[in-house]
Amino acid sequence: MAYTEEELKKELETKEYEYGFYTDIESDTFPVGLNEDIVRAISKKKEEPEWMTEWRVEAFRAWEQMEEPEWANVQYSKPDFQNISYYSAPKKKDKYKSLDEVDPELLDTFNKLGISLEEQKRLAGVAIDVVMDSVSVATTFKETLAEKGIIFCSISEAIREHPDLVRKYIGSVVPQKDNFYAALNSAVFSDGSFCYIPKGVRCPMELSTYFRINQAGTGQFERTLVIADKGSYVSYLEGCTAPTRDENQLHAAVVELIALDDAEIKYSTVQNWFPGGKDGKGGVFNFVTKRGLCETNAKISWTQVETGSAVTWKYPSCVLKGDNSTGEFYSIAVTNNYQQADTGTKMVHLGKNTKSTIISKGISAGRSQNSYRGLVQVNSRAENARNFSQCDSLLMGNNCGAHTFPYIEAKNKTAQIEHEATTSKIGEDQIFYCNQRGIDTEKAIALIVNGFSKEVLNKLPMEFAVEAQKLLEISLEGSVG
Amino acid sequence: MLKIQNLQAGVEGREILKGIDLEVNAGEVHAIMGPNGSGKSTLSSVIAGKEEYEVSGGQILFEGEDIDELAAEERAHKGIFLSFQYPVEIPGVSVTNFMRTAINETRKARGLEEMPANEMLKKIREKSELLEIDRNFLSRSLNEGFSGGEKKRNEIFQMAMLEPKLAILDETDSGLDIDALRIVSNGVNKLRSKDNAVIVITHYQRLLDYIVPDFVHVLLDGKIVKSGTAELAHELEEKGYDWIKQEKVSN
Repeated sequence: MAYTEEELKKELETKEYEYGFYTDIESDTFPVGLNEDIVRAISKKKEEPEWMTEWRVEAFRAWEQMEEPEWANVQYSKPDFQNISYYSAPKKKDKYKSLDEVDPELLDTFNKLGISLEEQKRLAGVAIDVVMDSVSVATTFKETLAEKGIIFCSISEAIREHPDLVRKYIGSVVPQKDNFYAALNSAVFSDGSFCYIPKGVRCPMELSTYFRINQAGTGQFERTLVIADKGSYVSYLEGCTAPTRDENQLHAAVVELIALDDAEIKYSTVQNWFPGGKDGKGGVFNFVTKRGLCETNAKISWTQVETGSAVTWKYPSCVLKGDNSTGEFYSIAVTNNYQQADTGTKMVHLGKNTKSTIISKGISAGRSQNSYRGLVQVNSRAENARNFSQCDSLLMGNNCGAHTFPYIEAKNKTAQIEHEATTSKIGEDQIFYCNQRGIDTEKAIALIVNGFSKEVLNKLPMEFAVEAQKLLEISLEGSVG
Repeated sequence: MLKIQNLQAGVEGREILKGIDLEVNAGEVHAIMGPNGSGKSTLSSVIAGKEEYEVSGGQILFEGEDIDELAAEERAHKGIFLSFQYPVEIPGVSVTNFMRTAINETRKARGLEEMPANEMLKKIREKSELLEIDRNFLSRSLNEGFSGGEKKRNEIFQMAMLEPKLAILDETDSGLDIDALRIVSNGVNKLRSKDNAVIVITHYQRLLDYIVPDFVHVLLDGKIVKSGTAELAHELEEKGYDWIKQEKVSN
């Protein structure tokens, strides 16, 4: 039967979170609350060297003096930071040598997600560093990478095994005091990934991390550090799903990328955390700081598909420090029901002949609010800097919103900056046209949305693009008006 | 094939079709002519199943089945095709991708496997040649930046690809120059067979010089007031619709 707007709305409301399940694994969880003792305890628990402990404490002290930012176009009840547990790890702490040793329930979780390790292991060229509840429980393909001198491990392991590298680069792009959430993360980060590509090495496979939040009331504070040494190349994939929760979950990650001279880092994210119920209850708060630093001739490319989280606050950025360096940002942000997203990028041009490209696609449905916020900054010494920005918004129905906040600061007369923006709406005429050709409404929306997002989807590695397309369909099923 | 009985339909409570009777058999071409606002486009939308139109009386039988309860896509799966007067744009979706989706969705509904890629390519090549369509055109976004003529040619290309039993051409001639008109008409004529039927909805007789109808019906104020052969179209061209209106009054 044909859809009417009302029917579609109803169907959308009854659409449940596809990956909403909870894995019952025993955890070792800290009491709620945050103070200097907790910060020290986390560091101790992780057997960190003193410099790391002090670095955390310094961050904590700074955080205590900071105010939670309010400039984003989002509204939510602020988390009670004293009512969160800052450490949770699966109880079995042995590192697993094979899948047989891994908790079967955990494997079952991955099976539900369709990303079973067995399958992933077989997937040519993909190494997975699985982060579940903050502690890495399995790492694959490590040896193959080691042959090339590539280090790909949890950040905790890196702190123990490669302290010099970590010490040199951690906080070098996102300083402890950068912002409220970055400071919080610096103080309490539980785990995350570390990656180092040696000089001139082209990483032979896509490095991939699946994040999950899996413990009621546990904030997740991931820390990722990727260093591409001179002339190296790496493509890094980050994908996330989370189980259904009634209470809000805080996620404040920090990702730092360092691309040294002539290096290239491609960082792709598919994010599908629990977006909250149809009534706007629950869902993940995603307050992330992602930033990359480009030295001479280096290139950093951020690609993100954001479909989840109740509130998103995220601006993957590039500091184009070296001459002739390039920054790129390709983004698809989907919001439905009561989701709110304030996302975009910052391109800071410091070096000469630096180039940046921003392609942002926002898709809003239900009663959601979707904002693009981007800064293009050209420093006085950045001769011949060039930027191209394109921000397109697609609306579905009459109750959602799309907003664009572009900031442009050019302090050099030679700068060339272009900004294009469009807003469109999926129309009943488009749907009827598809219907008349035998394409039902669900499929029609998927087709239109994929068409709209094509420029960004094309930037994702093949296996990720398929997953991203599926996510777009799941996130928007039945959401046209 | 198509049997419309005393069809009454409208939009937002306003009655536009006031009792239409029409029977179209396989192998036939029917032309429906009429002035602006007579209900021509409403008739095509109602047959295709556009949901904002409400049928308040009568019925539409397609191959003996009442299609009133069927969604637009289900009607399409049964072989009803509408060439739109104003085809919509779908940015980022190529003509080829759109056609592949349409064909495979229709096949799925009919319980068939997806069409193999080589067969699809062969068909696309064959039908695009029929309509003198450049290959580059097929990778462009659907209707985006197309000229009026390109849009209409693309509609007939889609018709050729989908091979419907019943094709309704809604004002296909509008916006076409004489060359495009010839190509489009030529395409339609080549697609005609004893198994399918065409309803040509038009304002002017011009298109009917190229696609010669077996029957011509005149729609006036939501009713078919006069039916005849191709001759009737010429008569209308000469005398205008006022002639029919007057005739109707005097009757």
